[in-house]
Amino acid sequence: MAKPKLATCSLAGCFGCHMSLLDIDERLVELIDLVDLDKSPLDDKKKFDCVVDIGLVEGGCANEHNVRVLQDFRKNCRVLVSVGACAINGGIPAMRNLVGLRECLEEAYLNGPTIEDGGMIPNDEDLPLLLDRVYPSHEIVKIDYFLPGCPPSADTIWAALKALLTGKEPELPYQLFKYE
Amino acid sequence: MMPSENGKPVMENVSAAAAPQVAAAVDAAIKAVGADRTRLMDIVQAVQQRLGYLPDEAIHTIATALGIHAVEVEDMVSFYAFPNREPKGRFHIRLSNTPVSLMKGAGDVAEAFARAVGVSIGGTSADGEFTVEWTSDIGMADQEPSALINGMVLTGLTPADPPDIIAKLRRGRTISTLPLFPGLDSQEGVVFPQARVASSLLQAGPIIFRQAGRGDGVRKALTLSPEGVIQEITKAKLRGRGGAGFPTGLKWKLCRQSPGDAHHVICNADEGEPGTFKDRVLLTEIPDVVFDGMTIAGYALGARHGYVYLRGEYAYLWNSLQAVLQNRRRLGLLGPNICGREGFDFDIRIQLGAGAYVCGEESALIESLEGKRGSPRDRPPFPTDRGYLQQPTAVNNVETLTCVARIMEKGNEWFTGYGTAESTGTKLMSVSGDCPHPGVYEVPFGITVNEFLDLIGALDAAFVQISGPSGQCVAPKDFGRRIAFEDISTGGSFMVFGADRDVLDVAHQFAEFFVAESCGWCTPCRVGTTLLQKNLEKIIDGRGTLADIAALEGLANTVTRMSRCGLGQTAPNPILTSMRNFPQAYEVKLQPEAFLPRVTLREALAEAIEVQGREPVAEEEEA
Amino acid sequence: MSEDKFTFTVDGIEIEAEAGQSIIQACDAAGVYIPRLCYHPDLEPAGHCRVCTCKIDGRRSSACTMPAAHGMVVESDTAELNGDRRILIEMLFAEGNHFCPSCEKSGDCELQALGYRLGMVAVTLPYLWPERELDATHPDIFIDRNRCILCSRCIRASRTEDGKTVFGFEGRGIHLRLNIDAKHLDETTLAAADKGVHVCPVGCIVIKRTGYRTPYGNRQFDQAPIGSEIEARRARPKRGVESK
Ligand SMILES: Cc1cc2nc3c(=O)[nH]c(=O)nc-3n(C[C@H](O)[C@H](O)[C@H](O)COP(=O)(O)O)c2cc1C
Ligand code: SF4
Ligand code: SF4
Ligand code: SF4
Ligand code: SF4
Ligand code: FES
Repeated sequence: MAKPKLATCSLAGCFGCHMSLLDIDERLVELIDLVDLDKSPLDDKKKFDCVVDIGLVEGGCANEHNVRVLQDFRKNCRVLVSVGACAINGGIPAMRNLVGLRECLEEAYLNGPTIEDGGMIPNDEDLPLLLDRVYPSHEIVKIDYFLPGCPPSADTIWAALKALLTGKEPELPYQLFKYE
Repeated sequence: MMPSENGKPVMENVSAAAAPQVAAAVDAAIKAVGADRTRLMDIVQAVQQRLGYLPDEAIHTIATALGIHAVEVEDMVSFYAFPNREPKGRFHIRLSNTPVSLMKGAGDVAEAFARAVGVSIGGTSADGEFTVEWTSDIGMADQEPSALINGMVLTGLTPADPPDIIAKLRRGRTISTLPLFPGLDSQEGVVFPQARVASSLLQAGPIIFRQAGRGDGVRKALTLSPEGVIQEITKAKLRGRGGAGFPTGLKWKLCRQSPGDAHHVICNADEGEPGTFKDRVLLTEIPDVVFDGMTIAGYALGARHGYVYLRGEYAYLWNSLQAVLQNRRRLGLLGPNICGREGFDFDIRIQLGAGAYVCGEESALIESLEGKRGSPRDRPPFPTDRGYLQQPTAVNNVETLTCVARIMEKGNEWFTGYGTAESTGTKLMSVSGDCPHPGVYEVPFGITVNEFLDLIGALDAAFVQISGPSGQCVAPKDFGRRIAFEDISTGGSFMVFGADRDVLDVAHQFAEFFVAESCGWCTPCRVGTTLLQKNLEKIIDGRGTLADIAALEGLANTVTRMSRCGLGQTAPNPILTSMRNFPQAYEVKLQPEAFLPRVTLREALAEAIEVQGREPVAEEEEA
Repeated sequence: MSEDKFTFTVDGIEIEAEAGQSIIQACDAAGVYIPRLCYHPDLEPAGHCRVCTCKIDGRRSSACTMPAAHGMVVESDTAELNGDRRILIEMLFAEGNHFCPSCEKSGDCELQALGYRLGMVAVTLPYLWPERELDATHPDIFIDRNRCILCSRCIRASRTEDGKTVFGFEGRGIHLRLNIDAKHLDETTLAAADKGVHVCPVGCIVIKRTGYRTPYGNRQFDQAPIGSEIEARRARPKRGVESK
């Protein structure tokens, strides 16, 4: 029987959650034995070829591109896991939700203290448009499991992955249960 | 624009109160009631009436005069809907946005007012003369669309009326029916033909509206001992008419037994439940009987002080009620040695509310009466042990007190001859909505919904909302049920909805009502009412899935189970009862997907499309 | 009741109490933890959060305000109550703007700790993203209302313990906010030593220049769930059998 497939993506996140996954150190070898890595920034695979077993989502949705990637993941992952504070509640990027999008852009690119000679809001046609606010992943698609933390520790991710791969419910021991 | 005290701009034309004016207004208000912290409500109302709003300086001056902190005055003031912290129009026009008023055309009338003064609803006209706003309910469900303009009520309006009303207000500058707050003189002004609240008493029954002499009940009570009076009420099996149905005799017994320096009697005339207006009719038609009931309670409980907590929307009744009280004092029915009984001293003060439905809840009412924000208290202690000023207090509804007087007049056996075993006597029903004759009907307890619908001539009701937003949405399959404490228990609000009314719209309007009226003290109700509204909107917007329905129901049950007072505990009822009785109304809105986001991608991008002036980057899939 | 001491049960555990004690006080003394948030042992209870809601003789009520009485049968540690409590915690997260990764209260925050204890992995209720004000004018203290859970601890402490009444509420319903007795915090009499400053269960009232002192791992709730310190008072096993 083929190995289960794992996919990962980073949306509006900092890649810290991916780094944390890599932090499982020597267990990476064990992981490679357990799963095949499909679409992921780790192997730079850009497209799903088939439906995979587990998808890990880092980061919330800040722009149209994030939404489309997340929808693609939902369509192609049997189990979708929201990993880290950004995916779970928007995290640090969601701090912009406290001011409107226009105000946020104007402050960043037009009126901020570091702006010289007027400045301009970047508007290249290839830039994905920003959403009105940063959305947690579960407000955009159905999410099956959540792994809180910023990032969730390597142990947390490892324990959860192993549980899912062996058909168990992931459980968080108290010391690993963190929102930060 | 000029900056106001708190840094927010105020409209130039709205005259900001000058310092000497503020000092004079506060001074006069304090003189009228004394530097008494418990009278903060009266002080605030009087100051606002003079200045039109409560500038920071007034808050500070009041605080200093009462020896409290400004933050405490703000705590109270900011709770209520009527006090303004910013200058508002000199004429404050409020219309209620209940399902009933909206079905009668309040939307168009509100628009017509807004057009006539040149603002959008919620705004204040540039000349600072008019503010047009929505409010929860003004107790006129039988004659909507109605408007509250300062203290005056205009009823039965059409969209053609506002231009003329506004023109008259502009010319006349004052209106004649402002309530007389302590320390303020009567004002003469324009008279409006619409300023007429119809009594709407359509069926007077044998008990509440029987004919009797003023003070008969009091004189009869004085032939008994106070305990004897309580026994008579207990034997009559009188239960509270304010909604909860607590046995009045037991409440009085507990209150009387409770040790204290002074016992208090409170008449609950807050009547804030949308669709209820029977207390208004009682206070209009037979206020003397209500006061008889209070006086009897005073005798039975050994209380010297009685209070009528009158909702702010009924301020127009102030003058006539004061006249009735004055007359009773003259006749020896109030004041010292009532009816010649040595040592039986009792008097009544009217406390005007300021726009907060929750103040009908008895412990919130007491807090409000003490000059604080109207948040309910935790029980125990119950008001009968520690109520107003921590003294034993009996709070009773207007109608309950009316029944008390009638029981004294005619005896408990006569009273129990009406109604059912558990629900003796008659009940006043406030009827509104899709029916030819909205108004108040006195009917014996035990009447079925069907019989009652026949009586009021509402022959093709699709559903009725009984007991207002906190009550239940009753479907035709349940029209055989009885109106009685042992079946459908009600404070008397009976809203009829015809076949073309949407159950979900009604549920949504009620959800908004609870968002507006939650006092905010406790988490489940403060946050839960808003979340319920949002989740219901998702379904109404056609973005709800089966999972959303389950989530809505789960949340509703949590709010019911965890809320601190009756408001939060019943706030989910419109949703829960409509789900139960009209599942098909939800089913037609349901989407087949397992999951749908609250907003579409397009909606979430709308702001960016506007800011950036371009369309989304096309990628293979659309949401 | 003439006796001063009496007993009642919580989840089948017999608790000894004395007249005047609330359920939560008696339980705390006996080493039985009932989750709570707005209650503070040094202050009058106010019944805001409802997290301490228990079934008392079959009816739900807040354990922090309910006086203990002889023979009461209290249910607390049940799946239904804990589920409802978790939703209350979710509500508080959804109502404010909580960014735990960048909050100096992380690890010492009672709201966060209750989220852990009650197993809240994510807030699935819709976030409200309200506008809340900050005040950093005071030399020693700042207020970040984004994290305020409206528990009134500071209000009560400032009034009764400090005798200052620096805090109050403003508004009602979902618009309820923490208010202060001046336009800016530095115009009030608030001092860093005040009780009103130290009772905040979350990171709303913070003393400047004290954040991030305790290393990760050593903070109040890093190693053991909130309530463990109370449960440690009880010699017998942590959780009792569910009553009925
Ligand atoms: C949110 C809420 C609003 C209430 N509003 C009213 C009201 O407007 N009038 C009233 O008489 N009772 C109202 N009640 C019920 C009162 O708390 C109390 O039970 C009643 O005044 C007792 O009087 P009764 O026994 O004569 O009915 C309300 C209760 C709640 C929970
Ligand atoms: S949760 Fe933390 S570590 Fe993970 S992407 Fe967000 S900011 Fe980075
Ligand atoms: S249930 Fe609502 S109205 Fe009642 S105390 Fe709680 S917040 Fe206030
Ligand atoms: S106050 Fe508590 S819950 Fe809120 S952000 Fe800070 S640590 Fe997190
Ligand atoms: S500031 Fe802190 S203590 Fe005060 S009400 Fe808010 S959360 Fe409670
Ligand atoms: S701790 Fe009891 S209600 Fe908050």
